[in-house]
Amino acid sequence: MWDYTDKVKEHFMNPKNVGELKDANAVGETGSLNCGDALKLFLKVNENERIIDASFMTFGCASAVASSSALTEIIKGMTLDDAAKVTNDDISDFLGGLPKEKMHCSVMGQAALKKAIADFRGVEILAKPGEMVCECFDVTDLEIIDAVKQNGLSTTEDVTNYLKAGGGCGKCLDRIEEVIETAKATADNE
Amino acid sequence: MDVIYTDNNATTKVANEVIEEMLPYLGEFYGNPSSMYTFGDEVGKKIRQARQKVADLINATPEEIIFTSCGTESDNAAINAAISMYPEKKHLITSAVEHPAIKNLFSYLGDRKGFRVTFVPVDTKGRLDLDTLYNAMSEDTAVISLMWANNETGVIFPIEEVAQKAREKGILFHTDAVQATGKIPIDVQATGVDMLSLSGHKIHAPKGVAALYVKKGIKFPAFLIGGHQESGRRGGTENTVSIIGLGKACELAKENLELMNTQVKELRDYLESRLLSEIPATSVNGDTKNRLPNTLSIGFDAVEGESILMLMDRKGICASSGSACTSGSLDPSHVLMAMEVPFKSAHGTIRFSLSHYNTKEEMDVIVETLIPAIDKLRQMSPFWKDGKMI
Repeated sequence: MWDYTDKVKEHFMNPKNVGELKDANAVGETGSLNCGDALKLFLKVNENERIIDASFMTFGCASAVASSSALTEIIKGMTLDDAAKVTNDDISDFLGGLPKEKMHCSVMGQAALKKAIADFRGVEILAKPGEMVCECFDVTDLEIIDAVKQNGLSTTEDVTNYLKAGGGCGKCLDRIEEVIETAKATADNE
Repeated sequence: MDVIYTDNNATTKVANEVIEEMLPYLGEFYGNPSSMYTFGDEVGKKIRQARQKVADLINATPEEIIFTSCGTESDNAAINAAISMYPEKKHLITSAVEHPAIKNLFSYLGDRKGFRVTFVPVDTKGRLDLDTLYNAMSEDTAVISLMWANNETGVIFPIEEVAQKAREKGILFHTDAVQATGKIPIDVQATGVDMLSLSGHKIHAPKGVAALYVKKGIKFPAFLIGGHQESGRRGGTENTVSIIGLGKACELAKENLELMNTQVKELRDYLESRLLSEIPATSVNGDTKNRLPNTLSIGFDAVEGESILMLMDRKGICASSGSACTSGSLDPSHVLMAMEVPFKSAHGTIRFSLSHYNTKEEMDVIVETLIPAIDKLRQMSPFWKDGKMI
């Protein structure tokens, strides 16, 4: 059984801001049914680019629901510029931490938020830079390198826990290992 | 809080009769069954009786029973024995839906030990593809191992038919009967299997004790080299208390077999029909015409298993989900994937596995808990709108 904090349990049992926001003017979606978790984030942003309301719909495990609920609580009242700085760690910290196997739930929250902000600003999210590594979960080498450097990851298992990369068919696990080595080597030189 | 235990394919409550049978041998009678005095033989006698009771449950003889520590040990011992008996044969056959004790062992033998392994597929109902199986059998095949019944769906494989085909071709046949034992009749003589694994903790004995049946005449090599115990095939002082418990549990399992196929089956069917009729977009996984009487694998569209389990846990209900969200790997179980159960219901699959300790009132609590739980999760799901999947 997962060692969830009371805060995770509370946000799963009684999630805040559930459902479709009727007058939302920004939406961000991430994940899919096949992946096993998905999040649709709705924002209502005013003329000063301040988030005056937020809601979510989530398909996934308890920590996915709790992460979504936490995300909406964190960003309500923020300007888009401030919201753009929210990271997956902020979501995890808000919940008193997540089991490391569940960190991808907070990453999903951050990804949906980025997409919602881009949606509001009418910015098209371009094809991701870098080389595709995990096709199951659409993760590039640059994303893996970022995650490794930011979070001090060292094994393929860590990368799967954070980004889900390698958690589907598993064909890319060897490639992930190479990317981790590259990331470590460049980090050492920085 | 009262627990409603419907996870009997994971493990079972130790029967009170089993505990009573074991207690004196945990305390007063601590002698070594191999010793040359009456005090030791008090235990030796009980072990002999236990061996007889295990044999009786599957219509074997006591000499054909080896006590082990768990189902995984029985499975490993059987397969390793088979490949060491036929060192020139380099092909193995199993199914795509085995328990990890066989699945991972066969993958290891394929990846690391140079064996060619055929994983026979199943259809969408979890039924074995017999054509593929029969075509794969060859003179190079050392052993065929098939589970008697599946732990997740309860689907029963045609063991007698396959065992006969294997015998005609002179191929050793092992069956992992850990889930089937105590739930459906098992007769090793009538079916003609060569080796069979069963486990104590699935039939109301304690954890840490199991058995392997090896048909008389098979030149089964020792796998724990040591003393004379288990006819020299598995040395080491016996787990006396648990073996005595296993014997009692097998005796009870034989007595309760009819109960399992009447009362328990009716409870399962009652739970199944209520869930199907009272919760929309719900489907049963596996061949419902040929399934263990206690098992129900049921998928709820557009919601995720762990969330369902957590909401049931609040009411003390114990069950399993069909997907192990144990890491970034969110794939549904290999069993549901092999059956090509659609993702929309595979992620939301729950396995209920009953025993004769369950009651109709408990089934009602499960249904009354699940109706609002599934509704709550669907209200939250981006794949559900206006009462249906989008």
